[in-house]
Amino acid sequence: MTGRLATLDADAARTDLESWSRSAEDKLVPTAEAVAALVPDGALVGVGGTNHARTPMALLIEVLRQGRRGLTLARPLSCFEAELFIATGAADRVMTSWVGIGHGWGLATVLRHCVEKGLVAYEEWSHLGIGLRYKAGAMGLPFLPTVSMLGSDIDSSLDLAKVRCPYTGQLLNAVPSLNPDVALLHVQRADRQGNAQIDGYELMDADVALAARRLIISAEEIVPTEVLKMDPARTVIPSFAVDAVVHQPYGAYPHECYGHYEADLAEFAEYVRSVKADGIDGARAYVDRLLGFADHDAYVAAAGSERLAALRRTAEEMMPR
Amino acid sequence: MTDLSESTEQLVPQHGDARPDEVMTIAASRLLEDGKVLFAGIGQPLVAAAIAKRRQAPRLTVLLEGGMVGIELMPGELPASTNEVRAAVGAEMLTSASDIFLMAQRGFFDYGFIGAAQVDAYGNVNTSVIGKADAPTVRLPGPGGANDIASMCNRTVIVTAHERRRFVERVDFVTSPGHLRGGSSRQDAGLRHGGPAWVVTDLALLDFEPGSRRMRVRSLQAGVTLKQVVGATGFELVVHEDLGHLPPVTDDELRVLRHLVGGPEETA
Repeated sequence: MTGRLATLDADAARTDLESWSRSAEDKLVPTAEAVAALVPDGALVGVGGTNHARTPMALLIEVLRQGRRGLTLARPLSCFEAELFIATGAADRVMTSWVGIGHGWGLATVLRHCVEKGLVAYEEWSHLGIGLRYKAGAMGLPFLPTVSMLGSDIDSSLDLAKVRCPYTGQLLNAVPSLNPDVALLHVQRADRQGNAQIDGYELMDADVALAARRLIISAEEIVPTEVLKMDPARTVIPSFAVDAVVHQPYGAYPHECYGHYEADLAEFAEYVRSVKADGIDGARAYVDRLLGFADHDAYVAAAGSERLAALRRTAEEMMPR
Repeated sequence: MTDLSESTEQLVPQHGDARPDEVMTIAASRLLEDGKVLFAGIGQPLVAAAIAKRRQAPRLTVLLEGGMVGIELMPGELPASTNEVRAAVGAEMLTSASDIFLMAQRGFFDYGFIGAAQVDAYGNVNTSVIGKADAPTVRLPGPGGANDIASMCNRTVIVTAHERRRFVERVDFVTSPGHLRGGSSRQDAGLRHGGPAWVVTDLALLDFEPGSRRMRVRSLQAGVTLKQVVGATGFELVVHEDLGHLPPVTDDELRVLRHLVGGPEETA
């Protein structure tokens, strides 16, 4: 499986866009409806945020709930959400530069199991490699040149094509564009039409949004457009790139959302305990527990108001002052 | 050839209270000059940067792949990820992750600090797989930002424990390019700039021999013999003709490190 095989023709993505209506109507829908309409089996899913920052957890858990199969997950750095998908067979392919929870948490047990047993296709890129795939997709270009990955075994494993600068002759890697079938993003605020603002680190989400063929945004807050107009430079996703908007407080929980709540490490530990005890079956049991809640609000509420208040307080204390 | 005869010189002992990982982190911090720009990772690189900022390099700009530029480290609040709020405290600028790497490609970053599961004689680093790429014995986390850091920063610094299983003649997989196969092979592959300048371990400070680009012992950590370093290395090392010892860790360096990490001094 090579990078070239994973390339979707950027021009075809443009043709698709021209035939697809995304007028500025009210796009606010329930989570289940958005996922049912826009995430098909076999889709290449661009997952927003990075590692455990602004992961669209509510949307991802809904994808698991609806039992999708054969998905490919693409993300610059992945956290344990990728393991939930490969443990249950929802995804059989992962495209990323890193999988783990973070410093001090050890190796990703389920990913190790699935890759070492050959149960999933694992496509390894550099961090900028993923970033330029999205950027090319967002720019409507089939590839972007870079020195990233040159000379490495990542380069040879992906069988990346090379280009020479037509002016200077410099040798460069040609990173193919990526226009995900659908992207899932979580942001701090959006209006009902899909104009969206991100606070703090944007990561790659603006490029992911523009590259995606279909886009669902979940937002901590849904605000009147007038609120966005008070700080328009913070709007990084325009409504015309968005297909559906979901209102989901704690939409990244148990991961963090800058300015709103920090990651819930106690919940991470719960997952890790489950996997340490039972390996891949532990990850499946954890997913069963997630799907046992009626919806994301019920899952979040189970953490208890005291724990949630502490997560919010820390996030606020870390804000610039 | 490596001369393994023991020096008759009296060994100056290492600070009696410093653990090997602390010795390594402090040695890395000493490489950082004031006013420079460092692309750091989580863990020891970030701690090394924070020590340097509190000592010889107050105007060191530290940035992380999550898009954070000019960050501060809050004592006792070490981030677990380059993409979280603890890694953004005190930032002068928050930009996109791709922009950070494109700035690296532009050539703004003096140093890039990376770790290694394996490092070889030419400073190539593996954090991807042990064994074969298509059927690995162990699947490791992957490059994260390390491939880009090693390809793009002006000087790569590899910080890792000095163990024979890590220091191998040839890594199983080149995740992050060093001097590739030595000589001009890095430039020939299209990497015209940068490359590993230093390897910092708990036993030594190493660099790369001009020309061959093979790893060379530059200085030994205090209290360490060349024989120990050679014994902990799985390939033949070049030895600098002017081999000496690094000064031992000082009380102040250790105090600053433990204050940052929120470690033993607080609980003792």
